[in-house]
Amino acid sequence: MMGARKKQKTYRFQGGVHPPEEKLTAALPTEAMPLPEKIYIPLSQHIGAPAVPVVKEGDRVLTGMVVAEAGGFVSTPVHASISGTVTGIVDYPHPVGRNMPAVVVESDGADKLDEKITPPPDINSLTGEEIREIIKNAGIVGLGGAAFPTHVKLSPPKDKPIDTLIINGAECEPYLTADHRLMLEHPEKVIGGARLLAKALGVTRVLTGVEKNKMDAVQALTGATGSDVAVVPFAVHYPQGAEKQLIKASVDRVVPAGGLPMDVGVVVQNVGTAAAVYDAVTDGMPLISRIVTVTGPGIRTPKNLRVRIGTPLSEVIASCGGLAPDVRKVILGGPMMGNAQFNLQVPVIKGTSGVLLLTESAAEVLQPGPCLRCGNCVRVCPMGLTPLMFARYTELGMFDEAAEFNVADCIECGCCAYECPAHIPLVQYAKYAKAEIQNRKRKAAG
Amino acid sequence: MLSAILTLAGLGFLAALGLAVASRVFYVKMDPRVATIADILPGANCGACGYGGCGAFAQAIVSGEGKIEACSAIDEEGAHAIADIMGIMYTESEKEWAVVLCRHTDGGVANTFDYVGISDCRAANLVGGGPKACPSACIGLGTCAAVCPFGAITMSADGLPIIDPNRCTACGVCVAECPKNVIVLAPVSSAVSVHCSSEDKGAAVKKVCSTGCIGCGACVRVCPFEAMTMENNLAAVNYSKCRVCGLCVSVCPTNAIRDHRDELKVRKIAVIGDDCNGCTLCARACPVDAIAGNPKEQHTVDPARCIGCGICADQCKRGAVSMITVDNTEDEASGPATVVGGGGR
Repeated sequence: MMGARKKQKTYRFQGGVHPPEEKLTAALPTEAMPLPEKIYIPLSQHIGAPAVPVVKEGDRVLTGMVVAEAGGFVSTPVHASISGTVTGIVDYPHPVGRNMPAVVVESDGADKLDEKITPPPDINSLTGEEIREIIKNAGIVGLGGAAFPTHVKLSPPKDKPIDTLIINGAECEPYLTADHRLMLEHPEKVIGGARLLAKALGVTRVLTGVEKNKMDAVQALTGATGSDVAVVPFAVHYPQGAEKQLIKASVDRVVPAGGLPMDVGVVVQNVGTAAAVYDAVTDGMPLISRIVTVTGPGIRTPKNLRVRIGTPLSEVIASCGGLAPDVRKVILGGPMMGNAQFNLQVPVIKGTSGVLLLTESAAEVLQPGPCLRCGNCVRVCPMGLTPLMFARYTELGMFDEAAEFNVADCIECGCCAYECPAHIPLVQYAKYAKAEIQNRKRKAAG
Repeated sequence: MLSAILTLAGLGFLAALGLAVASRVFYVKMDPRVATIADILPGANCGACGYGGCGAFAQAIVSGEGKIEACSAIDEEGAHAIADIMGIMYTESEKEWAVVLCRHTDGGVANTFDYVGISDCRAANLVGGGPKACPSACIGLGTCAAVCPFGAITMSADGLPIIDPNRCTACGVCVAECPKNVIVLAPVSSAVSVHCSSEDKGAAVKKVCSTGCIGCGACVRVCPFEAMTMENNLAAVNYSKCRVCGLCVSVCPTNAIRDHRDELKVRKIAVIGDDCNGCTLCARACPVDAIAGNPKEQHTVDPARCIGCGICADQCKRGAVSMITVDNTEDEASGPATVVGGGGR
C-alpha cells in the first residue's frame, strides 16, 4: 500500500501557534483509579439526542450493562461503569454548566462484569456493517473531546466516497498526555482499532498522525503496525490535532466552509476512539472508562488515570493527592479549548480528556483593552478568518455582519485569543455570535 | 468668444434636457402622507410594530396594511394626528410597560463563580447559564439597558435593571433580548407584579435568594378577586382579574410581590359622595376597615387605610362610591416621554 515505510509527505496548514507544551505527565504510566462509591452517568455525553434510560430506581446493574439506550440515530447508548444498585435518575451537575439528567449507581464494590460481554466468535470474519453495529452498541463516541457518535461518522452517505482514514494522535493541546500514554502503552489497540475502523469504512489508506514531540509514541506505533497503517510524525504546531488542520497537513485537502471531512473523502478518528473500538470488537467491552490526564500546577500529584465514566471530579482530584492551596481554576480538557468548571461534583464523561487545575498566577485573566488592529489574530487563525472583525460586530450586537465574516467556520481553537495583545476574549465572542445567530434563525423560523 | 458662449450654453441646454427627461421617466410616485406620518412617528426604529423601522411602518399605514395601534411608542396626540391624516379611527390600547421579574440584590442571590468575559447577559448565559446561583435570576450585565431604543432602562448599583415608566413604550425589545426571560410586558393599570421567575420549590429558592417567591400561597389566599394563581411554585397575577388592591403585596413574606401604583401614578382610593344613605354595606364589605360612619348617615373613607380595591364601589347600590386616582408621589409630574438614542440594534 504505502510502500515499504516510505516517508509520508506532510503539508502545512495556515496559521497556528506554539504554546508551551507543559506535558508534565508524559512519563507517568496510566494508573487505574480506585472505584468510586457512586457514579453519576449523564444521559447526554455526546453530540446528538440524549440517551433514554432503561433502568429505574432499585435496579441492580452489572458493569457494562446498558443503562440508557440511544435516543435516535445521532445518539449512543450509555453503560453502567460499575456494578451496583441504581439509586435514581436525577438532575445532576454536568460539564456543560447546567444540571442534566444522570443515572446514579451506588457501587457494590464487586465490579462484576455483565456475563453478556463476550468477544465475538470470529473477529476476522466480521463485516464492516457488523463492526459498525458493535461500535454503536458499545456507546463509542469521539474521545478527542467532541464526543460525536463514532458509528455516525462511519456511515457516510453514498455520494461521499471515503478513501482515507486518519487516526488522530496529535494531542496538540498543552498539558494533555492521555493519548500519548495510550499510544505508548497500547499501540496494538490503536493500530488494531485503526484496522477495524478502516474495514468498517471500506478504505485501504490509513494514516496515524502524531506530533513530533511524541517520537516514542511514533516508535511504539511503528512497531505495532504492518504495511497497512502508516505512522506519520507531524510538526509540533497547535492546532495540529484539529480535524480540518490534520486533513490539510496529511493529505493536502481543504474541507469546504460549513462542510465535513467526508466532503473531501476523509474520516478522522482519535487514537482513544480507535482503542475503544478495538476493545469493543475483540472483547465486547462497551465504553465505560477512559484515560484522563489530571494535571496542572493546581494538583498535588499529576497523573494519567483510567477513570470510570461518571466518576465525580472531586474523587478524581482526591485520588491525585488533592488540590494545591491556591488553586483558582478547574478546566475540563486542555488550556486552549477546555471549559472551566465551577462545581467539582461534575462527573467525568466520555469526552473528558483531561482535568487541568490552574493556580492563581496561571489563571490570571488580563483586562481586555481596545483592538490595536495589529492583525495577529488574522495571522494565526488556522481557518483563515478575521476574528477582530466578527468580534467587533458581535460586541456591537450586529450578528448578521458577524455571520458575513464567517464566524460559523470558527473552530474555537483559541489561537487568536492566545495571540491577542489587547487580551480581547475573541473565542468567547465567536461562541456568543454563533449561539445568537442560531437563536435568531430559530426565532425567525418561528 | 461667441463660440465659447454657444458651446457652454449648448452643453447647459443638453444637460437640462437630460435632467428634464430623467425627471419624467424615472419619476417615483410618493404618497405625501408617508413623509408626514413618518415625521409624526417616534423615529426610534424599535421594530415593535413588526416593520423594519418607522419609515416602513409609515408606508404600511398609508397602504392600509399597518394599524396605528401596532406602534407602542407613539403618544395619544400623535396617534390621533395620524388617524386624522388617514381618515381612520384610532382606539387607544391598554398601556403597558416592561417589568423585570427578578429583584435579587447582590446580597440576595450569590454568585456560583466569577464570570470574566464579555459583559453581556447573552454571552454570560452561554457559560453555564451565568454566574447567579438562581438559574432564573437576572444576570445583571445590562443587555436590556444596552438594547433599549428609548433609554428607559438603567442598571442599579446592585445590578438590576430599573425601568423608567415614563420612557418605557412597551416595544418589547428588552423582552426579546433577555436570555433569562425575566422581562415581561404588563399593563400599567394593574401595577402589581411578582418579581420572581423561579419555578423551584420554596426551600431551593430560599437557599439562593432572600426575595424570591417561595410558593407559600399566602397571596392566593388573601386575594379577594381570585386574581393570584400559583403554578409550578410560582405566584402569578391574572391581570384580567386583578383590581390592584395590594393585599398580596402586604402578605408576601419575602417581598417578592411589589406594588408599583405610586411609581406609575395609578393609585386609587374610594370617595363616598352625598348620595350615601348610610346603608353600611360598604363598611361591612371593606376588607381593611377603612370606611367609618353611623348607620343612616353619610360614611367616610380613611384615605390612609383605603387600598383602592373598589369592593365598596361594587357594593354600593346608590352609586355613591367613586374611585379616584391619587398622586402620592412627591416629585413633580414629569413631562411626556422623551425619545433618546435610537436604532443601532
